[in-house]
Amino acid sequence: MSSLARLRLPRRVPRIQPFVRTIQTTADTTQLQDNAHETDPFWVKIHEDSFQTHNCDKPDLDVKVTKTELLDMYRQMQTMRRMEMAADALYKAKMIRGFCHLAIGQEAVSVGLEHGITKNDKVITSYRCHPLAVLRGGTIQGVIGELLGRQIGMSHGKGGSMHIFTPSFFGGNGIVGAQVPLGAGIAFAQKYTEESTCTFTLYGDGAANQGQVFEAFNMAKLWDLPCVFVCENNKYGMGTSAERSSSNTQYFTRGDKIPGLQVNGMDIIAVKQGVEYARKWTVEDKKGPLLLEFVTYRYGGHSMSDPGTTYRTREEVQRMRSTQDPIRGLQRYIEEWGLASEQELKQIDKEAKSTVDSAVEEAKASPIPDTKDLWTDIYYAGTEPPFMRGREREEVHLLSQF
Amino acid sequence: MRNCPSFSRLTTHRTVHSPRTRLCLCRRRLISSSPSTHATAAAPNTESTASALEPPPAGGHLPSIASSALLKNTREQALKTPGILWADAELDEARGTSSLSSTTAGRETRKMNTYQAIRDALSIALSTDDSAIVFGEDVAFGGVFRCTLGLAEEYGRERVFNTPLTEQGVVGFGIGYASMGSKLGDSTLGGRGMGGTAIAEVQFADYIWPAFDQLLNEASKFRYRSGGRFNVGGLTVRCPTMAVGHGGLYHSQSPEGFFMGAGGLKVVIPRSPLQAKGLLLSSIRDPNPVVFMEPKILYRSAVEQVPISDYTLPLGHGEILTTGSDLTVVTYGTSVYRCEQAIHLLTHPPEGSGIEKTVKAALGDWRRNTGKSASSSPSIELIDLRTILPYDLPLILRSLSKTHRLLIVHEGPTTGGVGMQIAGEVVSGLSLTSSSSITREGSPSGEEENLAQMRKEAFLGLEAPVKVIGGWDTPGVALQYEKFYIPDEVRILDGLVELLAY
Repeated sequence: MSSLARLRLPRRVPRIQPFVRTIQTTADTTQLQDNAHETDPFWVKIHEDSFQTHNCDKPDLDVKVTKTELLDMYRQMQTMRRMEMAADALYKAKMIRGFCHLAIGQEAVSVGLEHGITKNDKVITSYRCHPLAVLRGGTIQGVIGELLGRQIGMSHGKGGSMHIFTPSFFGGNGIVGAQVPLGAGIAFAQKYTEESTCTFTLYGDGAANQGQVFEAFNMAKLWDLPCVFVCENNKYGMGTSAERSSSNTQYFTRGDKIPGLQVNGMDIIAVKQGVEYARKWTVEDKKGPLLLEFVTYRYGGHSMSDPGTTYRTREEVQRMRSTQDPIRGLQRYIEEWGLASEQELKQIDKEAKSTVDSAVEEAKASPIPDTKDLWTDIYYAGTEPPFMRGREREEVHLLSQF
Repeated sequence: MRNCPSFSRLTTHRTVHSPRTRLCLCRRRLISSSPSTHATAAAPNTESTASALEPPPAGGHLPSIASSALLKNTREQALKTPGILWADAELDEARGTSSLSSTTAGRETRKMNTYQAIRDALSIALSTDDSAIVFGEDVAFGGVFRCTLGLAEEYGRERVFNTPLTEQGVVGFGIGYASMGSKLGDSTLGGRGMGGTAIAEVQFADYIWPAFDQLLNEASKFRYRSGGRFNVGGLTVRCPTMAVGHGGLYHSQSPEGFFMGAGGLKVVIPRSPLQAKGLLLSSIRDPNPVVFMEPKILYRSAVEQVPISDYTLPLGHGEILTTGSDLTVVTYGTSVYRCEQAIHLLTHPPEGSGIEKTVKAALGDWRRNTGKSASSSPSIELIDLRTILPYDLPLILRSLSKTHRLLIVHEGPTTGGVGMQIAGEVVSGLSLTSSSSITREGSPSGEEENLAQMRKEAFLGLEAPVKVIGGWDTPGVALQYEKFYIPDEVRILDGLVELLAY
């Protein structure tokens, strides 16, 4: 076909990648520095390619860890994965309806983030929010209950997936990128009230192209807000790979004057180190915002209706699962460094499963929201307008005949 | 009681006269015993034999979208669709040549669901207009609803491509492309002196808000603010709309009401595959920017015989689906089928149910008030609006001056919605616009009507207040309350009997 349009638009040329050292996404390259201790902290060294920087210094590669913390991380990651798997099963059984986005494969980001920040720091994220909701003070039954639309849910069953909140967690957000300006606003409040805390504003590689993300970057740098913009780069924005949607896939360099740090998002120790670095940058050193990019991977599709295999190969997913899984990586550290035996870890796995199972049962037993709650939480209690459509008896004329 | 918690609460104020359990029984009977189609209703014996053999379907026997009488199941019905305009016939007319192309002879139809019909329309748009491009989030591999399946392979990834996730950017980009003064390539029907034909997809109507600024401040005003020097007539924004039963707060909204004040823009919502194809091709070729909203539950559930050739259906015109003389129901999109079901309930109330009793009582009042004979039953005129902006006011007024009762049904919020706009239009401004300012292409010249006169007649003839049934005043369609929020056949039936018995 002699399409002029075709001639005018540039042909797709294979992108030639110049030779650069790229970020590692291995989950098990951290080395033990001295002997591991049962109780005292000990030093480990992260792989030197775990970080890439943009206008800032690299974080220290030597990290102090403890046995308790590593086992905690393992337990939490395992539990979060179990919870997401339970949500997956409930969705497939049609008990969870609506839209549901799972973070299986990205556990190191949520758990590592939680280990690098304080309880008073604030977090806001996208719709892929279930693990963070639990880690930031929620409960598994609260999350599963919300997904099932039950009263036990963290929003009393009125929200559903992506509508879950805790006092330090400002929720999932269903609109791609819409939470990023909110994060800047939360950080402004922290600066205004002179709190020594910061806000971690998470978004995906897909959302990184929304205009409002850049508007938020500008304001945050203009007023030097204590905001860490965290790009959770799982390499696919819905069904389009980062390379096909973004002119610059080095998301940590997209903040103009805001420095950036790219972190291996599959090694939880690197994640924690990156988060602590970012927190120190914004809170203690008061250097304003920072861009943090975690390179990670989601095993499932974008949402439950996406099989996740139309835009990438099964082999690619399988390879990531078998070679770079964050839970297996940490499991290897724990076993190699002699912190726990395989049996002990298996026991933790079992406990994670039973924790989730009993939470699911508890959530299932909870009733669905009351009809009267259709009209609550719209306006502040006591300030409702005198008339609200849908509440008036006369409007259900026929039903009142019986 | 436990089976229908959402309805039980509404009846608490009537507990003295009416035990709540009865309502539940009625609803259960309504679901299980009403006949599946008009045809089987006339032959109840066959139905009872059938039900003895197999259990009733899980969804009950109410006429579903799939068995709707409004869908064209045969080639003959499809080709006789009112207002259908064959592209080759139009071309013949323009060239002054005559051929048999204006007739329906030899035209083929194929069974399609709505997403296939939309894909077909997009394919025709791409093949008849070299300047046409299709873009949006994930459209290259077919889109989340499969409306663009295979188009990238067929027409090239230069013309059917994925965009980054930025709705404001996508629509802004489309506006820019459509405003390009020079036509790209040879266009037989597409160009009409416009710029490029941009067919943008916003993945869900719920995501249109970031692009709202571009649509209202740029697209709708482009022609006006450039004094006619520029325009974005080639822009069509497609987006899936309305509820599917489990979409939740961010995937079930019907935002068409918010576009009512956007002069310069057109808003179109089709009801079926055949309609979708014709209206989408019209929207793409219309020399004005169009927001085309596709009811997403109909993508798969509505199946119809669709002509495979290139045809359009007129914008700005509603369609009378069933003629009647006692009440006008105006609706669009998914609600068309719910209204069909409600009208079916009115004429065939489930035997022995509370609904039957209510309907009989209401019809008794109606017969008394109107002096009808005891055997007469009301006939309802069902209108599919199709084009929401600018809506077909003359059609509504003409119908109303015959029926004197008006019910408007839609899924979007009632407050500030399309229904209230039309209701307000009917009862206000008796001597405003005259027909000369709204004459449209395609309307028969013999039917030049005086709109002011029609308004006056319609208003003075009203025998009941205009009623609007839509969404409630909640901040959206919450997942758990979706069935309660969306007007169902019982709520619509309620409106019908209320208006008839008024």
